[in-house]
Amino acid sequence: MKIRESDITKIANIAKMELSAEESKDLTQSLQEILVHMDVLNQVETKNVDPTIDVLPLKNVYREDKVKEGLTKEQVFANASEVENNCFKVPRII
Amino acid sequence: MSSLLGLTAHELQELLKKKEISSEDLIKEHLSQIKKVEGALNAFVTVTEKKALQEAQKIDEKRCRGEELSSLAGIPMALSDNILTAGVKTTCSSRMLANFVPPYSATVAEKLQSADAVLLGKGNLDEFGLGATTENSYFGATHNPHDLKAVSGGACGGVSAAVAAEEAVFALGTDTGGDLRQPASFCGVIGFKPTFGAVSRYGVVTGASSLGQVGPLTRDMTDCAWVMNAISGYDPHDSLSVASADKGDYTSFLVNDVKGLKIGIPQEYLQGVDPEIIAQLRETAAKLVELGASCEEVSLPYRELALSTYQIISAAEGSSNLACFDGVRYGFKVEAEDLDTLYKKTRGQGFGPEVKKSIILGTYVLSSEQYEVYYLKALKVRTLLKAAMEKLFQNYDCLLLPSTPTVASNLGDNPARAEARDLKIWTCPANLAGIPALSLPWGMVKGRPVGIQFMGKAFAEETLFRIGFTLEQNTNQTRLSLNGKGVC
Repeated sequence: MKIRESDITKIANIAKMELSAEESKDLTQSLQEILVHMDVLNQVETKNVDPTIDVLPLKNVYREDKVKEGLTKEQVFANASEVENNCFKVPRII
Repeated sequence: MSSLLGLTAHELQELLKKKEISSEDLIKEHLSQIKKVEGALNAFVTVTEKKALQEAQKIDEKRCRGEELSSLAGIPMALSDNILTAGVKTTCSSRMLANFVPPYSATVAEKLQSADAVLLGKGNLDEFGLGATTENSYFGATHNPHDLKAVSGGACGGVSAAVAAEEAVFALGTDTGGDLRQPASFCGVIGFKPTFGAVSRYGVVTGASSLGQVGPLTRDMTDCAWVMNAISGYDPHDSLSVASADKGDYTSFLVNDVKGLKIGIPQEYLQGVDPEIIAQLRETAAKLVELGASCEEVSLPYRELALSTYQIISAAEGSSNLACFDGVRYGFKVEAEDLDTLYKKTRGQGFGPEVKKSIILGTYVLSSEQYEVYYLKALKVRTLLKAAMEKLFQNYDCLLLPSTPTVASNLGDNPARAEARDLKIWTCPANLAGIPALSLPWGMVKGRPVGIQFMGKAFAEETLFRIGFTLEQNTNQTRLSLNGKGVC
C-alpha cells in the first residue's frame, strides 16, 4: 500500500498531534518502509486462527463495592497548569 | 574499610547485620560514585541524594533499636524513570513529563520502599520506553560503563548502566520487547523479565499493555531472587496481575543442579549472530551439558514474523496509552486559543521523533480501514507464535539463545536505524508469549559484555533461577567487573 503525505496528515489529525512539513515528509517515508516490512504477515494463513488479545486466561474479577481512600483534590490538581473551582480549565471548545 | 562498591545486596546485608558498616556509609559511598561517574555516563535523570541520606539514617536507627528488617533494608537501588515515585520527579525521559511529580507511587516502588530499599535515583531511558539504545531520551544518551563509546542499550539503558557502573546495587526496569534484557546484556548485568502477570504494573508507564512487565537488574541470581520476593505478587490495582503467579520464596529456586533439564537451542535465532557470540553461547551449552543438562538444536519458526507482530501490537497499544498526554491534567502544555489546537501543539512539541513515529504507526494500524489488515492479523500471528513456543515447551524445559546478536554498538549511529530495531528479534518472542526470560552475562567479546538468554515456560520461573544459579556457581563468566576499564 502506497502511503502519501496526505495520509500522514490525516493520521496525525486523528492522533491530535501537530507535525511540521519536514516531519510529515520523514514520517511518510518511515511509515512506507515499516509497512513493507509488515507485509510479511500476509504470507501467513490465519483464516481459522483466533486472535491473542491477552496471553493470560483471564476471568472477570469482582470486588466489593466499598468506598476507599483516594487522592486528595490537591494531589489531583498539583500537576495541572490551570485549575478553577476544582476543575481542570481548558480554552474554549466551540 | 575496603570499598563497598560492586558487592551484591546479600554480601552487603551480611556486613550491615554484623554492624561492620551502616546504611549511611553505604549510601554515601554510592552517592560519591554517582558524582564521580555521572558526568561520563548520564545513567540518571534524577538523583535523590537528600532523601536517600535521610532514609539511610532512619534505617540505621531501626537497626540500632533491634527492629526486624527486610533483606533489602538499606540497600541502594535505582528505578527506571517510567516507574512512578510519589514526590520524586518521573519523566519517562520525555519533554512531556520533564517536570512531572507523581502524586502516588507504582506498586513495585511502594513495595521496595516498605522493604526499606533506598532509592538513589531515577534511570534514563528511551523516551516512553520507545527505542533500543537510550539515545532517544530528551535528557541525552546513557553511555556504556564498560566502554564509554558504546551505547548502554535500551529502552532501560540508564538503570542497566547504573548497576554495571556500581552506582546502585540493583535496579528495576521494564521489558516490553527486551527493554531490560537487552541493555542488561550490553552492560554486563543480570536482567530478568518475569511471566506476564507475575509483577504489578500499576503506576508503571509502559508503552504496550499486553507485552510489558517490570523486572530486576542485579549482579547475581540471589539478588534477583531477593528483588523478586519483594516485588512479585497479586495486586488488585493491576487488572492483569495474577493471583496464581505467587511463587512463594524465590530463594528456594536457587538450586545448584541442572541434572536432567532439557534445553533447546532454536537454530533460527543463531542466524545473523556474531560468530564470537555464538561461540560464547556454545560454551554455555557445553557447561550445562557438563553439569548434567541436555542441550540440542531445535526449530522455532516465525522468526521473521515475530518482530513485525511485536511492532504492530506495541505501536497500537502505545498510541492508545499515550493519548492521555494532552497538556490539561499534567505535563507539558502549549497555550492555544482553542482546545483542539492546544492538544495538537502540546503533543506535537512534547513528544520526540520516535514517539511520534510510533503514534503514527499505531493510529494507522488501528484505523478502521487498516485494522484487519495489520492489527487483527498481528493478533492472529501472535497466537501462532505462542502455540509454536508452547509446543516446544512440551519437550523442553527452556530455550537457550543469545540476548543480542552483537555486542553494544557505538553511540552516535542513528538510533532509529533498522539494526537497532532488529535487536528485538532475539527478545520480543518472550513478550509476545508472555513467558519469563533471563539474560545472564557470559564474558566479553571485543571488550564489550555478552548476554546469554534463557526463556522458560509461563510461571516456571524456578527453572530459569536454577539454571542461572548453577551457572553462576560453576563458572566465573557471569559476574563481570569493570576492572579499571570503561568509566572507572
